[in-house]
Amino acid sequence: MLEIKNLHASVVDIDDSEILRGIDLTVNKGEVHAIMGPNGSGKSTLVNVLMGRFDYEVTAGDILVNNESILALRPDQRAHLGMFLAFQYPAEIPGVRPWQFLKAALDSKAEANGEEKMSVRTFSKLFDEKVEAVGINPNLVKRSLNEGFSGGEKKRNEMLQLEVLKPTLAVLDETDSGLDVDALRIVAEGVNSMRSPERSFIVVTHYQRLLNYITPDVVHILVNGKIVKAGGAELALEVEKNGYKSYLAAAGANA
Amino acid sequence: MTLGTSPTAVEKYSAAFIQHSAQSVDSPVWLDTLRKRAWSTFSEFGIPVKRRGNELWKYTNLRPLSDKDFEHGVTGSVTHNQIKALGPWDDTWDTVVVVDGIFSADLSNLHGITGLNAGSLGEAITSGSVNVEQQLASLAGREDYTFTALNTAFLDDGAYVAIAANTELAAPVHVVFVTSDSSTSKAIYPRLLVDAGANTSSVIIETHLNLADSSQLSVPVVEVFAADGSTVQHYRIQMENERSFHLGTTRVNQFADATFTSTSFAVGAQIARNDIHTLLDAPGANCTLRGLYMTNGQQQQDQEISTTHAKPHCTSDQFYKGILSGKSHAVFSGKVVVERDAQKSAATQKDLNLLLSRGAEINAKPSLEIYADDVTAAHGATAGHVDRDTLFYLQSRGVDEEAAKAILIRGFAEEILNDFKPAALYEFVERVTDERIPVLLAESDSLGTA
Ligand SMILES: Nc1ncnc2c1ncn2[C@@H]1O[C@H](COP(=O)(O)OP(=O)(O)O)[C@@H](O)[C@H]1O
Ligand SMILES: [Mg+2]
Repeated sequence: MLEIKNLHASVVDIDDSEILRGIDLTVNKGEVHAIMGPNGSGKSTLVNVLMGRFDYEVTAGDILVNNESILALRPDQRAHLGMFLAFQYPAEIPGVRPWQFLKAALDSKAEANGEEKMSVRTFSKLFDEKVEAVGINPNLVKRSLNEGFSGGEKKRNEMLQLEVLKPTLAVLDETDSGLDVDALRIVAEGVNSMRSPERSFIVVTHYQRLLNYITPDVVHILVNGKIVKAGGAELALEVEKNGYKSYLAAAGANA
Repeated sequence: MTLGTSPTAVEKYSAAFIQHSAQSVDSPVWLDTLRKRAWSTFSEFGIPVKRRGNELWKYTNLRPLSDKDFEHGVTGSVTHNQIKALGPWDDTWDTVVVVDGIFSADLSNLHGITGLNAGSLGEAITSGSVNVEQQLASLAGREDYTFTALNTAFLDDGAYVAIAANTELAAPVHVVFVTSDSSTSKAIYPRLLVDAGANTSSVIIETHLNLADSSQLSVPVVEVFAADGSTVQHYRIQMENERSFHLGTTRVNQFADATFTSTSFAVGAQIARNDIHTLLDAPGANCTLRGLYMTNGQQQQDQEISTTHAKPHCTSDQFYKGILSGKSHAVFSGKVVVERDAQKSAATQKDLNLLLSRGAEINAKPSLEIYADDVTAAHGATAGHVDRDTLFYLQSRGVDEEAAKAILIRGFAEEILNDFKPAALYEFVERVTDERIPVLLAESDSLGTA
């Protein structure tokens, strides 16, 4: 599904700004991978580079989806391939209604893949169903996208989009931060119910908490732009207990 | 005559004025006096010249207008279908159509509603109504302005809307000012007088349409008298062609507890000015002035928005949004004056702009002049570009860059579009906006994103 090979990335237009320093990561179909790491280790950068954000420049290595490099693809083209990024800090977009925007997103995906667009009626039904499922206040989604939403509501809104767009590779960037236990459960239930042999997940998290609800197949520890350790679900518990100190020392980071 | 101090282009209008006066011998004496006084005001000021120190005309260059000759006293024919195709329309609205400044009974659609007198201003003038004589060209105390004077100098018809005290109108009154099609350039002077009686409630839609492709001049003047306890919801739609000049003025006089709300939608003309002044002339009056302007090509859109708090306990709120592309230029000049006696006033001013190209320029100048001491006031203006983070967010969900930008521009406009409550009016401004966005985007560049 996804292969990241020796990925190096820097900030565009800033010299010596390398953030990702050689990342190797393979996610097979149907697997759930967790990426953990201290603040500033490059987790958000990695997932943004995956999605093609223009602030970053890949200086070496490659990213393959279904055996083909996606480096030359625009973010919208990556979305059409089935990739999805749930943002750590979703943008607030005044005047744009979630309903309207999601329909536009679905339509462009259908168009790019030569599929038929969903009728307004079918979409409405799906939308209302998912609004209920992720526990968003229905009045909220009648207003502007993310505007005036609390942190938790923004994350639920990201889950709403995830469930409607049904990607084959879903990347969640700290979707758990700022969530209370109820919301956390909803996120986890969303992910778990969407787990399927055809769909892969990368769950980025600072804390082990979320992984009580979502059991990952592989846990990666990212420190200072490199994956310093990978293991099974038990690795998360170890990090919870001992913190990142030993890894930081190993990576030579002065944090 | 010294250059720079003599009034500009007066001679281009003087022959027409003399001829118009000669043809208007049947007018009441008071109107004749008004016109002569107005002409002398116009001949004193002429067409304004952009220069430093000329506060009202610091940013907008009227040279293309003052250089040009316009025919006077010509009118063409207009059909129903032309009006419906170009502007908003709803059969349930009481519609007054004015072609080249002259009321058209044939094109108007009036339902004879009790408490509403809507129709020809010329007839209202000759009817001998005391209100008309007292109100017309009193201009909320702002007689010394060249374009209202120019309009008044040629005044004999237009639209009149009077709402009898205690009337609540169920449907909007729509006043359509049409410039007829012609290959020659003409000057027209649309005029509207609104007399909203005490404790009335009304919706007034003012639409400016232009059927010509050639360069036309329209100098409209609207006067609104909002009596005690009245509520007037006003909308202004400006759809001139891109070769034309539109110098529009609205003067509003508000009395005790009167509420006046106006939202403007300005997309047309080569050079357009939307000059609105509200005078809060008695306690409890409040006004909300809002608008959306969109410019591209070489267009100039000038918003001259002002409110005078003359009495205590009044509130005013100005909120405008602009979307600029190409090499266009917009001005927001917002002014609130709070006079010494106007204690407990509250005033806000805001102007937000979205610049889509390097060549587009905005001069935003909100200003407060406060002479009372118990006042709450706030003002601000911003000019920004399409936000990159937001753009990436939309793109990451599968929407391409052009479509994502269009969604963001539309979202920016939505806040003002939502003001247009009558369904047919909302559909109209929504459609025009959706048609305009690709044009704006076609003239945008990388600066549009930051
Ligand atoms: N666009 C950017 N410009 C400059 N520095 C950046 C940019 N993006 C990330 N960084 C830097 O890269 C490092 C990693 O950031 P990030 O990927 O957000 O870490 P994490 O998500 O693991 O907390 C931080 O030091 C951060 O300041
Ligand atoms: Mg992060």
